[in-house]
Amino acid sequence: MDAYLSLWETYGPQMLSTFWTNIQLTFWAAIASVTLGGFLALMRISPIPSLRWFGTAYVNIFRNTPLTIIMTFGVLVLFGVFQVQLASDFNLNFFRIAIIGLTIYHAAFFCEAIRSGVNTVPLGQAEAARAIGLSFLPAARHVILPQALRGAIAPMGNTLIALIKNSTVATAGSVAEISGTMKTMIEFRPDVGILVFLTVAAFFVIVVIPIGLLSTYLSKKLAVAR
Amino acid sequence: MSSSVLFDEPGPKARRRILILNIIGIIAFVALMGWVLMVLNDFGQLAPAKWLPFTDSSTWQNYLLPGLMNTLKSAAIAVVTSLVFGMIFGMGRLAQNKLINGISSVVVEFFRAVPVLLMMIFFWIFLGRMGVVSPDDAPFVAVVVSLTLYNGSVVAELVRSGVHGLPKGQREAGTAIGLTRGQSLRIIEVPQALVAMMPALLSQFVVILKDSALGQIINYNELLFNAKLVGTANANVFQALVVAAVIFILINFALTSLAQTVQTRVARRRGNAAATEDDEDAAEAAPVGTTATIDADQGPGSGKQ
Repeated sequence: MDAYLSLWETYGPQMLSTFWTNIQLTFWAAIASVTLGGFLALMRISPIPSLRWFGTAYVNIFRNTPLTIIMTFGVLVLFGVFQVQLASDFNLNFFRIAIIGLTIYHAAFFCEAIRSGVNTVPLGQAEAARAIGLSFLPAARHVILPQALRGAIAPMGNTLIALIKNSTVATAGSVAEISGTMKTMIEFRPDVGILVFLTVAAFFVIVVIPIGLLSTYLSKKLAVAR
Repeated sequence: MSSSVLFDEPGPKARRRILILNIIGIIAFVALMGWVLMVLNDFGQLAPAKWLPFTDSSTWQNYLLPGLMNTLKSAAIAVVTSLVFGMIFGMGRLAQNKLINGISSVVVEFFRAVPVLLMMIFFWIFLGRMGVVSPDDAPFVAVVVSLTLYNGSVVAELVRSGVHGLPKGQREAGTAIGLTRGQSLRIIEVPQALVAMMPALLSQFVVILKDSALGQIINYNELLFNAKLVGTANANVFQALVVAAVIFILINFALTSLAQTVQTRVARRRGNAAATEDDEDAAEAAPVGTTATIDADQGPGSGKQ
């Protein structure tokens, strides 16, 4: 017990600050990738073939690429080869590159989540909307989208959870986040190795499980009864 | 039928508008590609010397193929072990015994919530330090164990949601012919759920393969790790990462396509054409990120009227 408490004394602040980095990565990447994913979803369901094709190609490419490659790419290629500087501060630069990496990857999944929401709306709804004289935009706004967004809650919640956990991969992009802290802690304090793991794991459990419960609750509560 | 509910069959005016926008889209795409190529050229990344190492058989023999073999090895073993893990804990969650049920639930929920990378780092250092496995094998074992714990938990949820998605009559029939709850689960319900699970399972294999690339962070010499070695040796990191990414994309794309084919087959076999579209989305939504969290109402076999 004393050993564990001394661990907190030594590494406590570092644990909290690096986990806060994960939360920040998640926050910015979530906003950016929902936006990008929304655009991609619009492209994929639009009547314009070239945009549909582009959206499909994007999703298929980035959904099938390991996030680690994208992160490594950010550091070794974007920064190393093309000398992209997003901030004069070294750490902030990598932090921003990591956000871009997380965004590029998760936008594909948010796109699919939103699109699957649109696809939960039966075709008859659009037909009915047109039958009562609504044109495209009012039909979309009053009939289709409200149902589509409700259908997208569960998959979007899942993607958000994936994003939180994947923020640890930013370690491959030279960002000081919680998995790096955990590595240091286990290396220097092998006596409490299991407790270190369980402590860091608990951080994620505390954040992830409520979001999972909330999205399940909301998706059930707001589900359109069919 | 068109894939979208948002628009109607276009008339002549709309068709002309679509054509114009289509052409604008193509031009924008070509311009984007042109810009990318221009930047690449400016940085000398299109030089043949940077790409030629990948036409050299020794690059493949010494780096890429062994790396790919290690990737496939860890993924293949993890597929088998996570299936076993998933079956055990999936049935555990369906068990009537409160204790078994509780333990299974905690295990499954815990390993689904913890990032795979954290597990890998932990097992890597821990197993190496404890002398459970030799330090040389520690990265490999850590990759397989972590992939098993996470993906096994997802498979367990698939088993559970698959069984929940079955018509109630299946269990009733089992009970009627005198099977116990456990027997009907093993003999009647889970085998049927497996069929419904197939597409989601295949999608999960994509997740396993992708996550195996996390092994590079703990020095497991898989494809990405070796590609980085090639890139450092020949000063062509960009090209090396592109080649590695293309290999991953091709394999995963094949698996995803297979999953979709199986999905349509399964749906057709059940003679439930109406559910096909909804189900396809459930399967597509499943490989979300590295979390294929599939709730009972989101898994395969849901959305049936």
